[in-house]
Amino acid sequence: MCLAIPARVVALTQPDTAQVDVGGVQMKVSLALVDDVHVGDFVIVHVGYALTKLDPAEAERTLATFAEAGLTAGAPA
Amino acid sequence: MSAVRSGYVRPVDFRHGRIDMTHGSGGRAMAQLIDELFLRAFDNEWLREMNDQARFNVPAGRMVIATDSHVVSPLFFPGGDIGCLSVHGTINDVAMAGATPLNLAAGFVLEEGFPLADLKRIVESMAAAAREAGVPVVTGDTKVVERGKGDGVFITTTGTGIVPPGIEISGNRARPGDAILVSGTMGDHGVAIMSLRENLEFETTIRSDTAALHGLVAAMLAVVPGIRCLRDPTRGGLATTLNELARQSDCGMIIDEKCIPVAPQVAAACEFLGLDPLYVANEGKLVAICDAADADRLLAAMRAHPLGQGASIVGKVVADPHHFVQMDTSFGGRRVVDWLTGEQLPRIC
Amino acid sequence: MKYIDEFRDGDLARGIAGAIAAEADASRRYNLMEFCGGHTHAISRYGLADLLPSNVNMIHGPGCPVCVLPIGRIDNAIELAARPGLILCTYADTMRVPASKGLSLLKAKARGADIRMVYSSTDAVRIAREHPDREVVFFAIGFETTTPPTAVAILQAEAEGLANFSVFCNHVLTPAAISNILESKEVRELGTVPLDGFIGPAHVSTVIGSQPYEYFAEEYGRPVVIAGFEPLDVMQAILMLVRQLNDGRAEVENEFTRAVTRDGNAKAKGLVAEVFELRRTFEWRGLGEVPYSALKIKERYRAFDAETRYAIEYVSVRDNKACECGAILRGVKKPVDCKVFGTVCTPENPIGSCMVSSEGACAAHYTYGRFKDTAIVAAPAEVEA
Repeated sequence: MCLAIPARVVALTQPDTAQVDVGGVQMKVSLALVDDVHVGDFVIVHVGYALTKLDPAEAERTLATFAEAGLTAGAPA
Repeated sequence: MSAVRSGYVRPVDFRHGRIDMTHGSGGRAMAQLIDELFLRAFDNEWLREMNDQARFNVPAGRMVIATDSHVVSPLFFPGGDIGCLSVHGTINDVAMAGATPLNLAAGFVLEEGFPLADLKRIVESMAAAAREAGVPVVTGDTKVVERGKGDGVFITTTGTGIVPPGIEISGNRARPGDAILVSGTMGDHGVAIMSLRENLEFETTIRSDTAALHGLVAAMLAVVPGIRCLRDPTRGGLATTLNELARQSDCGMIIDEKCIPVAPQVAAACEFLGLDPLYVANEGKLVAICDAADADRLLAAMRAHPLGQGASIVGKVVADPHHFVQMDTSFGGRRVVDWLTGEQLPRIC
Repeated sequence: MKYIDEFRDGDLARGIAGAIAAEADASRRYNLMEFCGGHTHAISRYGLADLLPSNVNMIHGPGCPVCVLPIGRIDNAIELAARPGLILCTYADTMRVPASKGLSLLKAKARGADIRMVYSSTDAVRIAREHPDREVVFFAIGFETTTPPTAVAILQAEAEGLANFSVFCNHVLTPAAISNILESKEVRELGTVPLDGFIGPAHVSTVIGSQPYEYFAEEYGRPVVIAGFEPLDVMQAILMLVRQLNDGRAEVENEFTRAVTRDGNAKAKGLVAEVFELRRTFEWRGLGEVPYSALKIKERYRAFDAETRYAIEYVSVRDNKACECGAILRGVKKPVDCKVFGTVCTPENPIGSCMVSSEGACAAHYTYGRFKDTAIVAAPAEVEA
């Protein structure tokens, strides 16, 4: 229900705000809900706020799980 | 600095002046504004006659006439403004009949208090667009409304054109088996506008694609005179235009999401806002439907033209009594691409 | 777009679909509720149902904050906007919801109410800052994802001394709604809604963590898999639920590990706890009164509470008799079971909220799926690009 998308932090601006980038489009978001954010991190953005950091290692692991599921599948779909 | 004509007190102050009710009253102030701004910018043999109408010879063929009112907000956006938009929009309506545009008429409704600097910028932009397109603005009108009754400026343009013999283009001519093509990336204009809307500020290098398409259309007809349908997907985007054509032609359509060109930044902006690029407005693109046998040649002709470099075959017309426009998604499923419900609004949910 | 496109890969989708088909036990049905409207939207938009075997049945849950917002609360918002000089700031999602007397916020705006669509609560605070002479009310809706941004806005307004700013709070809670469904007559006694497992919300869970769902798994014996928003996430979550059900397990599993942890976002939760407290009860459209399911602004911050500032009186408004939104929100009926679906009730003319919000079950089905209800002439061979 809550539209949120992963965005890359390109700059930390005034206290508690960051400039983020999604596919070349940039926006200012509030960092009031997260700590310890650095340039290059990915955050999940919802209504102009970063909700949490995205964990790239976990993302890779999840993608690998998808691929695994396909390999171990028995009969075709 | 505008030259002062004898009989006038001082030149129009385009830097700090504003429209007031005297500019609409038909008196000296209006005449001066028309002379120093409109006539000067559009300057052509018809306007120089200083009549309330323009008289011109009509070449042989079927005449086409189209009109459009332009109420875009904001007035100025990356890639254009309401001025050039109003020129391009009506030229395109004429061109979508396969017609060669002849001329334009322009009506202005100006709100009391509207800055003359902005008006000058808009009118000069219109004049440049008309010159570049080779389609003169031959007559016009100006009215002023009280403050609060208009969004700054409304422009209505009407255009004429001539359809050469042998060209039969209409929204009801698509047939099952026909190919559907688009001339380039979808959604640029709408995203460029939205990036300026209050409370939706995001930064993007996307510019409006506003452009006059009659040159592209001529190049297309030279190669495939039998084009069945042409339409520019303005408000409501590609999805709305395809649904209109499907209904008019009493058929259905199947398009392939992978074949629809969308600029990465447009896709990203739509993700941010929860919008679908298929429903976002375009002002310099067209949809063409032709016999499947002609599709490759038409595509090549489009890609050879500067305004059609991103052209793509996006789908096929099919028989369907329900007139559904279906889409094979890049994900592998199939879904319906429905009519737009009112204006697409951004969502947070 | 990084972390978006990779999670929409069609080839990987077919792989997971193959696994689901292989592992789903043909002798039983799997009735899975996706609680969250965003998941409903993803399932419809990507045509995921096409990729599932016929014995996997997706039930659309009530996780759409616009859908469950009672008409009476929209009426209150319209009343606020009608107050002379007041600026009502709202997310665009609420603008078209039909309210009483044929009105909506969009129609009220057309009649002259100063209603402004905002993308963020910070925009509402900015409007209050820029118009110190006007009363500014922020119409706050949403589940736990959207609540922390409202908390930040109130704290910011307090820090800046913006006495003209207040919030009309309609924030609701996910676990309470899940309880309500599991406790409903249809599920508990009648068995008319066989519910085997849940796909848990993506972004709500980034805030509240996976821990709150453990109660449901234990108490009701239903597995919960928290899934990300992209179609591959949803497919994988379905596979994980199928496996749990096959194994007879009822655990909370997390597919969305790239953004969700067991504890969630402590900082965000802390800010919410600072500003809000539980309402004893709150009416949900379609579900009726649900205890401890919604938030109100604490006494300490009452100056920013529009409900007290403007003495708002809530009047419950019953739904149109023909509208089946309630049953649909609880998963008891499907859109096509509603007599007015697609005829009187369409996205252009929505009778109930399931049709207004693009992630409501009815709007999603109408927009993306209803062509499956009608016989279509077979399509010719694939398009050659």
